[in-house]
Amino acid sequence: MRYSGLKVLAEGLRGNRGWTQAWREPEPRKEYDIVLIGGGGHGLSTAYYLARNHGLRNIAVLEKGWIGGGNVGRNTTIVRSNYFLPGNQEFYGLSLRLWEGLEADLNYNVMFSQRGLLNLFHSDGQRDAFARRGNAMVNAGDDGVLLDREGVRRLVPYLDFDNARFPIHGGLLHARGGTARHDAVAWGYARGADSRGVDIVQNCEVTGIRVENGAVRGVETTRGAIAARKVGIVVAGRSSQVAAMAGLRLPIESHVLQAFVTEGLKPVINHVIAFGMGHFYISQSDKGGLVFGGDLDFHASYAQRGNLPMAEHVMEAGMTLMPMIGRARVLRSWGGIMDMSPDGSPIIDRTPIDGLYLNAGWCYGGFKAVPASGWCFAHLLATDQPHEAAARYRLDRFREGRLIDEEGTGSQHNLH
Amino acid sequence: MRITCPFCGPRDRREFTYLGADVWAEAPGPGAGLDALDAWLHLRDNPTGEGRELWQHEGGCRAWLIVTRNMTTHEILSVDPAPGAGGKVA
Ligand SMILES: Cc1cc2nc3c(=O)[nH]c(=O)nc-3n(C[C@H](O)[C@H](O)[C@H](O)COP(=O)(O)OP(=O)(O)OC[C@H]3O[C@@H](n4cnc5c(N)ncnc54)[C@H](O)[C@@H]3O)c2cc1C
Ligand SMILES: [Zn+2]
Repeated sequence: MRYSGLKVLAEGLRGNRGWTQAWREPEPRKEYDIVLIGGGGHGLSTAYYLARNHGLRNIAVLEKGWIGGGNVGRNTTIVRSNYFLPGNQEFYGLSLRLWEGLEADLNYNVMFSQRGLLNLFHSDGQRDAFARRGNAMVNAGDDGVLLDREGVRRLVPYLDFDNARFPIHGGLLHARGGTARHDAVAWGYARGADSRGVDIVQNCEVTGIRVENGAVRGVETTRGAIAARKVGIVVAGRSSQVAAMAGLRLPIESHVLQAFVTEGLKPVINHVIAFGMGHFYISQSDKGGLVFGGDLDFHASYAQRGNLPMAEHVMEAGMTLMPMIGRARVLRSWGGIMDMSPDGSPIIDRTPIDGLYLNAGWCYGGFKAVPASGWCFAHLLATDQPHEAAARYRLDRFREGRLIDEEGTGSQHNLH
Repeated sequence: MRITCPFCGPRDRREFTYLGADVWAEAPGPGAGLDALDAWLHLRDNPTGEGRELWQHEGGCRAWLIVTRNMTTHEILSVDPAPGAGGKVA
């Protein structure tokens, strides 16, 4: 075991001089069995499970920047399995179970904290909808408890229960939901993959995909051509550009999502609280910062920063829900690029090109998916068969009309 | 971000609603087939540079507009009335 409490203690006494690099920095080889484009959470977990579950080792993860510099290091770290539709239920259920064993599996502290996710409702109709969702969650093997107003008050007494527009009638508590430390998830998977022989190549941008006679042959990169039998595209907000290198046009539109963090405060918010009617959610990080966010900026964007109208809207919603945070000072805000699919659900599938595979369309919910996405994408890459938990995430489901539209908002990319 | 509506002049972005890429304005006719419908509803060029989109001046004159924008800098290059401006496209 490389990391343990004892090791931390011993290193503390020796001035922390004994720690070594967590993963190698290899030169890319000329050829691999499998090349994964993108070293975000999904690319790294895919590499890890290819090695761990399928015994494959001749694999490279090519990352144009640095590990953890993309959305995996920009999200608000909420982990949950509270989905309603078949397709999503089995997938996110698997992901949550993998989260629960992740730290032991990786021997890495990802600070996974099942502090509970509370979704608030404000009307009779919304309560009925939440009761139905909670039943669906329980039937799918996950957990959900419907709380009345007093039940919510016992957990989070500091909310404004009597707000004139959105009085709080109750909430749906998903006790196994929570948060994790996003950087540690990227680093833990990177270290796990690296120690099993996977080459993680940073500062290596893929600039072209070589296709001959309908089959993939490899990639062109800023560090030279690399041949590969199989190539996986796992680039989150850049899916359309990378897929276009192989002549594919995807059902994706890229949008910016913002998040905010305040200065560190004493522990005050012990759960993840979602105020859907105000497009607002919040939790408190282990460092004490209040981490919160809202909806997309709603127009297509590749700028990793947001606009002020949405910042203002999020602040207003936060003040509506919990006026007590009004004195907290915002330290930082940032944005990340989401690949929005037409039904809000992801794609884990083959492409029309032999040996080219696609993992995309994670919208704003792909952090919690990192374990199951890697697990299922690795299964697909290794066996050429879809994993049963991801079998509905097909690329052709849009054309076929088999949408997995959790929000029921129809085929408009920015409405999910 | 400000958008200059050709009918109302420069207005705050909050007066406008975004629909998506301008392909929305070209609904395939009846009998166009599955591929044409799929392309219209789902598939997008999703450019990082310049792109043409449909916006509605919902909080103003309610006209539908074609906005040409840079998706990385958010610079607005031109705003024109959509074909048949005023009719809802989708
Ligand atoms: C503000 C915000 C809040 C969010 N909150 C949550 C949340 O609370 N819960 C949740 O579940 N999800 C959340 N998400 C969504 C989640 O972060 C993403 O869905 C997920 O991280 C995307 O997968 P990834 O980690 O693989 O992406 P990334 O980390 O973005 O990885 C993709 C990588 O591909 C690389 N790349 C791109 N092009 C190339 C190329 N040509 N060559 C080589 N490499 C390339 C990029 O540099 C990048 O590192 C949030 C996102 C944002 C922005
Ligand atoms: Zn106008």
